[in-house]
Amino acid sequence: MRVLGAMTSPLALEASGLAKSFGDVQAVAGVDLAVRSGSVYGVLGPNGAGKTTTIRMLATLLRPDAGTASVLGHDIVREADAVRGLVSLTGQMASVDEDLTGRENLILLARLLGLKRADAKARATELLEAFDLAEASGRLVKNFSGGMRRRLDIAASLVVTPQILFLDEPTTGLDPRSRNQVWDIIRSLAAAGTTILLCTQYLDEADQLAEGIAVIDHGKVIAEGTPAQLKASVGSAALHIRLLDPEQRSDAERILTTELGTVHLEPDPAALSAPCSDADRAAEAIAELARSDVRIAGFSLAQPSLDEVFLALTGHTADDQTGDSPVEGRPA
Amino acid sequence: MSTQTQDVALRTALASTPRPPRAGALSAALTFGWRGMLKVKHVPEQLLDVTITPVMFVLMFTYLFGGAIAGSTGAYLDYILPGILVMSVLFTTVYSGVALNTDLTKGVVDRFRTLPIWRPAPLVGALLGDSVRYLVAGTVIVVLGVILGFRPDAGVPGVVAALALTIVFAFGLSWVFTTLGLLLRSPNAVMNAGFMGIFPLTFLSNVFVDPETLPGALEAFVDVNPISILATASRGLMDGNADGADIMIVLGVAVALTAIFMPLTTKLYRSRS
Repeated sequence: MRVLGAMTSPLALEASGLAKSFGDVQAVAGVDLAVRSGSVYGVLGPNGAGKTTTIRMLATLLRPDAGTASVLGHDIVREADAVRGLVSLTGQMASVDEDLTGRENLILLARLLGLKRADAKARATELLEAFDLAEASGRLVKNFSGGMRRRLDIAASLVVTPQILFLDEPTTGLDPRSRNQVWDIIRSLAAAGTTILLCTQYLDEADQLAEGIAVIDHGKVIAEGTPAQLKASVGSAALHIRLLDPEQRSDAERILTTELGTVHLEPDPAALSAPCSDADRAAEAIAELARSDVRIAGFSLAQPSLDEVFLALTGHTADDQTGDSPVEGRPA
Repeated sequence: MSTQTQDVALRTALASTPRPPRAGALSAALTFGWRGMLKVKHVPEQLLDVTITPVMFVLMFTYLFGGAIAGSTGAYLDYILPGILVMSVLFTTVYSGVALNTDLTKGVVDRFRTLPIWRPAPLVGALLGDSVRYLVAGTVIVVLGVILGFRPDAGVPGVVAALALTIVFAFGLSWVFTTLGLLLRSPNAVMNAGFMGIFPLTFLSNVFVDPETLPGALEAFVDVNPISILATASRGLMDGNADGADIMIVLGVAVALTAIFMPLTTKLYRSRS
């Protein structure tokens, strides 16, 4: 299959035909992946698409029913123990012990990974500082905020730097500030050369961080490419505008047609949109509206959403099929 | 902390981690035992079940049945105290299965399962930690017994030996309940199934009454029940007249339970998704 980026880089992770069923439900139905060493690779899909099941197979937590995968040349089934020595997983559920303090969690993992007592303590201190958790280090994790818990979770995956880090929806449920902190951490990790497999349901997140993206739906990869390629396949971003006075919509339509070309009138009588991916051009169009005394209630310049990606790729929206696939995560 | 110093700290932290040699099996198990101890430290209330229940048992059985069964509470205390010690510690083993089942619902188990460590380490470590709970339960019984007038002939060494033997047996028995903890779906189901097994097994032993008064078939069962043998051995150790064969049987059963159920538990722990 096609490998993203420079062909000379070795593959950190390869999967071919991975499949897993739980009872009658086929969670993963033949997934192929090729992740270049040192890159951030996004696996994008809605809830229930099979992302978590895929990541759990790659992290040796689940045995695949069919297909093969290898991590830096080690088979995930036959050489599971060797793979465990190379990877770290930050799961969707917080993979830290809520009944211990942040510091104790890190010391526990450091000791389990073979660090001596004094080294384990020093490493815990270092990570707590680096992840902005030093002040809260003595608090029980169950009293942490969602963002702190996520940061601790990622720190716990880095007690010993893994060759590959699996991140399963690292920002789901976080407020924007915490999300940005986690993104900064992922960028720093990537800059330090760690290979990262990032599962996410946010196109925005994959776009910001990943250099390659596989879109997964119903347990299969339905599209693969760089963020730019994927977005090109979906259509460009659009400027959405809401007017204070619906009476002015025809004026606004005329001005925007001049500025941006095509204009689409929304069902809302005060709203209209125009395809536009350039912020400067959008700003000019808005300025022109203001000069013509068209009063604006609000506007946004938005990328195509995951829904639009799905609509373009599959003909159905991401929400359509969350109901019929109860297999994401762990079965009871 | 500013974003820039944060970034520098992050980069330093990411750069400075040579992978150490893998942790040894014992070291990993002891680290998990330490985890158990930390939980007790943070939530000491969880020791209530291993302290209050045994106290209730001693007081209830001694004063309720003592006169009827043995003629006087003092005479019955001498008979029942080693038995109650055994019962209290064995009841506590059910909670090892319950605790494991509860643990499984938490994401941290995924992390443990992806660590390159000796496979049974999380389980052995948890049970080592639980052994401390068994020790607390046992100690509470003995101290209360002494307050109520229990004076074993073999003194402190005898009591320590009986306690040690009971804890070793409990360690072996715990593996049955950890297996149960991995097979059943909820902590409550583990608790119910566990007590459904341990309750009759304990009462159909010589913990409370001399089996000579029982109907023949029942007496035969009680005589071969390992819990009877453990209770007899504990009485013997406290009185200074223990039968070596009893002790060997108890240790043998503990080893056999561990040999069967530890690999089973480990396999289930690894494969459970």
